[in-house]
Amino acid sequence: MSVIALSWWQLALAALLVIALAICTFLARLDVGKTLLIAAARTAIQLTLVGLVLEALFAVGSLHWVALMGFGMLLLAGREVVARQKYPLRGGWSFGIGTLSMFISAFAVTVLTLTAVISPTPWYTPQYAIPLLGMLLGNTMTGVALGLDRLTESARRSRDIIENRLMLGESWQQALGDFRRDAMRAGLTPIINAMAAAGIVSLPGMMTGQILAGTPPALAVKYQILIMFTIAAGTGFGTFAAVALCARRLFDGRERLRLDRLRST
Amino acid sequence: MGTLKLSGVAVGTLENIDLEVAPGEIVCLSGPSGGGKSRLLRAIADLDPHGGQVTLDDINQSALPAHLWRGKVMMVPAESAWWHDTVGEHFPQSVGNTLAQIGLDPGASTWPVTRLSSGEKQRLALVRALSYEPSALLLDEPTANLDRDSTAKVEAWLCERIRADKLPTIWVAHHEDQIARVANRHVHITGAGIEALEVAG
Repeated sequence: MSVIALSWWQLALAALLVIALAICTFLARLDVGKTLLIAAARTAIQLTLVGLVLEALFAVGSLHWVALMGFGMLLLAGREVVARQKYPLRGGWSFGIGTLSMFISAFAVTVLTLTAVISPTPWYTPQYAIPLLGMLLGNTMTGVALGLDRLTESARRSRDIIENRLMLGESWQQALGDFRRDAMRAGLTPIINAMAAAGIVSLPGMMTGQILAGTPPALAVKYQILIMFTIAAGTGFGTFAAVALCARRLFDGRERLRLDRLRST
Repeated sequence: MGTLKLSGVAVGTLENIDLEVAPGEIVCLSGPSGGGKSRLLRAIADLDPHGGQVTLDDINQSALPAHLWRGKVMMVPAESAWWHDTVGEHFPQSVGNTLAQIGLDPGASTWPVTRLSSGEKQRLALVRALSYEPSALLLDEPTANLDRDSTAKVEAWLCERIRADKLPTIWVAHHEDQIARVANRHVHITGAGIEALEVAG
């Protein structure tokens, strides 16, 4: 089965739908028309650029360039984690914690999946490595950002509870325990919901893309299941690490709650 | 129980605070609002970074893990927090007998925390702190939300417990008449320091 090629004027038809939506939001005075159009333009430009980069990368296919691309994606994901925090840690700690936890979860799971499960030759074949890492980073980023945001926000909101528990002689782990668990749950909820609803409510985007591009549904499904499991593992371990590190950073060596370490924007 | 001793403590606008509180002694602390009374108590409980030394029974604050220190030198804040569903879950042991002494329903530990008034919260917070059996007490306006009758009961109960358990106590108070009733000594915050005042009566 061959893929029906998409031409630019066909994409332009789809773009008209977005413009129609923007006009409607303008008429309804929702005040999101401009942001919507900018976001749509960013999608087109960013994906086109990534397409060019991937074409070049696939042509070269060396480990160096794949690794460089991977680290570039990781740093951008780290920046995005900080951008999604209402109260990030000062002094680059949110970036550091987010990047480190995504590195140890998303990177490790990607390498493990490539070497032990999919096993292309060589294992870093960019056609497999880059999309897999992209899916994992994107989802892990969401989990990490949600977990960190929930943790710092509840530490600020529930300062009197945490400090009262400290006053009664509880350790920082006990005083923060409920909020830490809440934050980890918040990070894990989207992927749990996505796995529970996969195929019933929605066809996952990657699988849809593969089927549209001509892959037999049975194979697309297998890849989708693989992706969902690796995303769950990556998101879960990444959220665990990020929330644990951030929780530690909220307290100093004398187990004092240090909200002055959070930036208030 | 030992002496609570502050030497050269500096926190916020306060500098170089020296104070010794003997076992079973109540030192009332007064001063203008915003003058740093609560900050000083928080520094003694090691909840805020501060300068200087605090010792209890010659054990330095920094020699103990912070949570063990706070378990000994216990601060009761002016506004207490309650995080479990029922009152009783907050206590390490049953406290039914104590509650009646300070004018509370002995069954209050089964109450949901949402039905507590501010006065009830304040009294229960004192009972909660003492049920952890601390070695020193830091009380931040412990009767601020109480009427005259409850205030008298709480003062009597606190003084009895403080003297029986020989707890060195710093008690932040506003009213001269309360200071006269409970204090062994009275210190007042003026500017960056504290000065000793006569206890009336």
